Amino acid sequence: MKFAIQVNEGPYQHQASDTAFQFAKAAIENGHEIMRVFFYHDGVNNASSFTLPPQDDRHVVNNWASLNIKDADGEPELVVCVAAALRRGMLDESEANKNSIVGNNLHPAFRISGLGQLIEAGIQSDRLVVFGD
Amino acid sequence: MLHTVNKSSFERNSLQSCLNIIDDTSVILFIEDGVINAANNSKSSMIADLAAAGRVFALQGDVEARGISSKLADNIKLVDYAGFVDLVVEHGTAVSWV
Repeated sequence: MKFAIQVNEGPYQHQASDTAFQFAKAAIENGHEIMRVFFYHDGVNNASSFTLPPQDDRHVVNNWASLNIKDADGEPELVVCVAAALRRGMLDESEANKNSIVGNNLHPAFRISGLGQLIEAGIQSDRLVVFGD
Repeated sequence: MLHTVNKSSFERNSLQSCLNIIDDTSVILFIEDGVINAANNSKSSMIADLAAAGRVFALQGDVEARGISSKLADNIKLVDYAGFVDLVVEHGTAVSWV
């Protein structure tokens, strides 16, 4: 079955992103497809490549990356809402350049896109599961 | 339909909101702090009938993390994350009460 997941909370502040990750991992292990994970609101913080948890703690960002969720062309399907990302200082190289900001912090396993990607995921998947606070 | 509830009813009234609209075929899964609703000393009378009908589940890891494994109300079914996935597959639309 084809799943889509929406994550509304950031890592290390609420259990939602951990639950969403464990759900996605279990779905993949049981032969299902995660066609997209959409990170909305504070959920965009799950995509920060600057995340450095202590060594004995889980690495939420790398956990998401390890799921290797991509489309048929190899493009990341861990999708970060552009408006939510920019207002929280979550930038890929293109957005940083466009806004004359030095540095960028979007992990390469993720991509920035618009809210239409959430609607599309809701239409194209068999199930959309929302994790939030 | 699958309804997930992730808050204790001591904190928010999302479980009550869920119970107000739930239909005869839907099931409830308690996750995160929602598993507090599965303890036998909470407002579990609200869900006792649903549990007796086999329609109330709780995520095992979250139950254990909160130390209420020995305090569960009757007829609550425990599932792991794979069981969570199965519930979503079996019950169609998943509604997240937050």
